[in-house]
Amino acid sequence: MIKEDKKKKQQVDPNAGAKKEDVMGPWKIIWKRLLKNKLAMVGLATIIVVALLAIFAPYLTPHSPSAVNMAKTNAAPDNVNLLGTDDLGRDYLTRLFYGGRISLTVGLVSTSIRLLIGVTLGGIAGFYGKRVDNFIMRLADIFSCFPFLPIAITVVALLGPSIYNVMLVIGLLGWPGIARIVRGEILSLREREFMEAATALGISDFRKIMKHLLPNTMASIIVSATIGIAAAILTESALSYLGLGVAPPTPTWGNMLRSAENQFTLRFRWWLWIPPGLAIFIVVISLNLLGDGLRDALDPRLKQ
Amino acid sequence: MGKYIIRRLIQQIPILIGVSILLFTIFHFAPGNPLASLFSDPNMTPEQIQQLQEAYGFDRPAYEQYFDWLTNMLRGNFGRSIQLRQPVSVLIQERMWTTFQLAFGSLFLSLLIAIPIGVISATKQYSIFDYAGTIFALMGISIPSFFFALLMIRFFGIHLKWLPISGAQSPGIIYAFPYNIIDRARHMILPLAVLGLTGAGSLMRYTRSSMLEVIRQDYIRTARAKGLKEKVVIYKHALRNALIPVITLLGFSLPTLFSGAVIIEIMFVWPGMGRMQFNSVIQRDYPLLLGINMFLALLTLTGNLLADISYAFVDPRIRYD
Repeated sequence: MIKEDKKKKQQVDPNAGAKKEDVMGPWKIIWKRLLKNKLAMVGLATIIVVALLAIFAPYLTPHSPSAVNMAKTNAAPDNVNLLGTDDLGRDYLTRLFYGGRISLTVGLVSTSIRLLIGVTLGGIAGFYGKRVDNFIMRLADIFSCFPFLPIAITVVALLGPSIYNVMLVIGLLGWPGIARIVRGEILSLREREFMEAATALGISDFRKIMKHLLPNTMASIIVSATIGIAAAILTESALSYLGLGVAPPTPTWGNMLRSAENQFTLRFRWWLWIPPGLAIFIVVISLNLLGDGLRDALDPRLKQ
Repeated sequence: MGKYIIRRLIQQIPILIGVSILLFTIFHFAPGNPLASLFSDPNMTPEQIQQLQEAYGFDRPAYEQYFDWLTNMLRGNFGRSIQLRQPVSVLIQERMWTTFQLAFGSLFLSLLIAIPIGVISATKQYSIFDYAGTIFALMGISIPSFFFALLMIRFFGIHLKWLPISGAQSPGIIYAFPYNIIDRARHMILPLAVLGLTGAGSLMRYTRSSMLEVIRQDYIRTARAKGLKEKVVIYKHALRNALIPVITLLGFSLPTLFSGAVIIEIMFVWPGMGRMQFNSVIQRDYPLLLGINMFLALLTLTGNLLADISYAFVDPRIRYD
């Protein structure tokens, strides 16, 4: 039956194939708009380059990030060690590449945790409303009452500094923002006609949320996730700089900056603290540029 | 209005209870005994250890400890610091003002930078000034504050030797009247600059987009149509309305100010609450840490409440229900 219908349509409209190309999906429209935004594209390109450097670090450098060379400590940049060596004689550029792995991983994983909790709870609150909504939103109020860095410092210190605890803390503390966005959108989407149609078709609540409501909130989720990754990278670096984040010898941009606590290093060994700081700055600014571009592309009304 | 304020106040109570339960739970299940550093003293007898445990109430069930803590807190007693051997409330009061100096000083600086630039950016949208302002704001948001602090310390403190880089005043010297103020001010410049400049970014973006929205409104067109000068239109009619959402942001930025101040206080050895908190983390001084966190949560709640109320106060369009 269906096949016949399709055939009929094709017979009626021989240009169906050609027309299809004219109709762009929503994501394609967004992508086209994003392509026009030069700053966002610079941001995206930078992130891709940094991610590639981090992923392919072992193939890009002949050194190992943990190979100690006590004969050549705190050496200035030369032909062998392009960014010099640290206090244990480890190649700094290599550590910078490997540090990128940790920083980007923390950003991605902690944002995923945030999204998982925030989208789930926000979706439930928005869909079921009433008492469930009230309960979840008060919970969100409680969580957003904690001043971020002080409580992150406290919890990480109590649990012990490790990459997992850092990711967990950032994820657990950050969900209310996402939950509020998702809830707000679902509250208004719920009343739309297509949801009435979905109810008439008798599909389950789970399917309604997963297939009909959440995809419609994707736009705002993506924007806040992009900016969230930037914020998470900043938080990780701050915690690691304080010695409460990822513990050495694992390199991250934050704990590499700790070398600048040494006044002599701060004064005379720029290669030990400027590069990791710049790396954080560049990645964060790129993510913010991309986030801004995405927001403009997803909702041109907001473009100002 | 009065009713609205009272209702908002009542709404804060369950949130505050939730915060206190959550905080207490985190600390209760945290590994390590906060009294461990005292126990390591070889002169302590087991009886004395037992006495200490009882004095701090660590030997009783969790819910009893929680209710004790809560009722004490309501009476203004936040417990005693283990390391500094003083009441937490006294310690917080001592350090609070130095932190406030930094927090409100930097907020003032942020506003001073952000609002004019934001307004000019919006009125001259897509001009070179606008692009420069936008990039400046983005940089302020994206630079790690501690890295920025390091750059400032390196350049103004070490290279040019213009400004002191640590503490709130010169140690060991007691200056006569005008010089002590100058000395303190000189110590404040670098931390204030770092906090103020990094904080200005988001405020500027906010002012700009709020202003852009307002200058497209009909009443602005009306103001122009009746022949008002452009300056009056922008700075009287538009700016007033554009600042309404900025006020809300100020309330919400109160906790961020203190969060941001933590790392800056540590970097500039500023004798405020943030540094005290960091030290209490290192020394596992749980009562002090719990007290500071509870105090900060209270501050956050107050900030949010102030933002809500002032928003409703300034903008009569807000419905109170």
